Amino acid sequence: MTRFLSIAATEMIILRRNRWLMMATIIMLLFALALTFAGSAPTGSVGVDMLTVSVTSMTTLSVYLAPLLALMISFDAIAGEAERGSLSLLLSYPAGRGEILLGKFAAHLAALAFAMTIGFGAAGAIAAWFGGAGAESLMALARLIGTSILLGAVFLALGYLVSALSRSATAAAGLSAGLWLVFVVLYDLGLLGAVVMDGSGDFTRSIFPWLMVANPADAFRVWNIAASDGVAMASGMVGAAQTLPAWAAPLSLVLWPVLAFTLARAAFRRVEP
Amino acid sequence: MTDNALIIDNVRKDRGKTTVLHDVSLRVAPGERVALLGHNGAGKSTLIKTILGLTPLTAGQIRVGDAKPGSAVARRTTAYLPEAVSFHPALTGREQLRLFARLDGQKADVAGLLDRVGLGDAMDRRIGAYSKGMRQRLGLAQVLLGNPKVALLDEPTSGLDPISRQDLYAIIDELAANGTAVLIASHALTEVEARTDRIAILRKGVKVADDTLANLSAQAGLPTRLRIRATGEHADQIAEATGGTRMNGASVEILCPPDRKMEKLRHVAAMGDVVADIEMTPPRLEDLYRHYAKEGLQ
Repeated sequence: MTRFLSIAATEMIILRRNRWLMMATIIMLLFALALTFAGSAPTGSVGVDMLTVSVTSMTTLSVYLAPLLALMISFDAIAGEAERGSLSLLLSYPAGRGEILLGKFAAHLAALAFAMTIGFGAAGAIAAWFGGAGAESLMALARLIGTSILLGAVFLALGYLVSALSRSATAAAGLSAGLWLVFVVLYDLGLLGAVVMDGSGDFTRSIFPWLMVANPADAFRVWNIAASDGVAMASGMVGAAQTLPAWAAPLSLVLWPVLAFTLARAAFRRVEP
Repeated sequence: MTDNALIIDNVRKDRGKTTVLHDVSLRVAPGERVALLGHNGAGKSTLIKTILGLTPLTAGQIRVGDAKPGSAVARRTTAYLPEAVSFHPALTGREQLRLFARLDGQKADVAGLLDRVGLGDAMDRRIGAYSKGMRQRLGLAQVLLGNPKVALLDEPTSGLDPISRQDLYAIIDELAANGTAVLIASHALTEVEARTDRIAILRKGVKVADDTLANLSAQAGLPTRLRIRATGEHADQIAEATGGTRMNGASVEILCPPDRKMEKLRHVAAMGDVVADIEMTPPRLEDLYRHYAKEGLQ
């Protein structure tokens, strides 16, 4: 237990010192604020409060940003150590590989959670101050922060997986970029293409929604939209989310971090430094 | 029970189709300093990694004390200094060593250890600003954590200046004096010659020698080099009489096997004042190394 904590504490020092924590928090804050102010115009026409509109915009933002920030910290976790030659040394100490990975994960997730909470929280507070907020929109904001952290956790673990499979940190960075592109952009484009081809056939009605929530990024989106009528109304994305049982998206987003971490752990076990 | 701290028995390691280690056996007793020599790619680092349990064996057995390599006990009692080690540049020396001490699971005098390896002034600076020698010293400091039973040092002096090397060997001597079995993989023959108790040589994954320097020289039977400086014009005469070769105007060089050395010397001494000086060079580790490491290649 103390070993896990010392790894986590050391990783935290590194994140603070190389300014990753500061940069990530500032990036989150700036984007969230910009979207909140830019997105405040349509409030009157749909009849929801400004915080709801802000949460809707930030949901769209988080789909792109949370995986990106997560991969940016995690791709280096194993490949970087291997490249420096410090991995063999670290592994010659009594700490187990699972302990090492979990320690890094805890620190990285805490940093990500900090950046998300500050960024979305501040933007949400401003939106609430200027445009009013209700119990439902506050709930939506809390859900946004929580699910963004979960989405970050998925991509942290996927980053470790890529890092364990790569021979160098540069290769890991490249693979991470590919991973991001596939999960966040290409997967959706592929599904969109399939739906257009299929029209409103069986695929669109029964398979497509499941395929969509199988991707953690889409599960994140669906969860946030389906859970709040206001957000759904403001985003105009209702269709697909409503054909699925309510538990589908949350289940996917909760299972993904566990699955990805298990895969990363298995890949790390096979690394010979 | 044995009194060896490190036992390597008939270890074999295959990588794909090539065999990196062939049937290597080696023992290191507590307090013994053993040099592991070999060309690049001879299998030194691989052998060390198998001892650490980082690389699985194809066949054979390794015991660290009574523990299997890679087990919690073995990892706690083994210290390791990787070749050209580097650490995260954002951490300070003190933070890095504190992490290692905690991973080792014991209270350690982190500042004292850093002082001991000469990083007392730099311990709160970031490792990114350290020189290569300073990083190596930090690596050495973590070797000293928690009185290891076995220390594995991979090229510990690479990149160090002469003074730092002296310091390093002083620390290694101290480790050995406290009962640590030390295995040093190295290229720096002259240093190893003076600072180790036993020498093992690996050639293409095969152990070709494993003994004290004196015994290895005796077994190899390498010639001692006698260089005789003649007075005046007598060099030719000396060369003829001793069967040596003329080197330049006034010198003759003779290579003679160990058992005929005294005989030759008496012979030369009896030649009187045509001999101005004799210089005698016994075979050095470098010659021995060349002998053992190249033996099978011709």
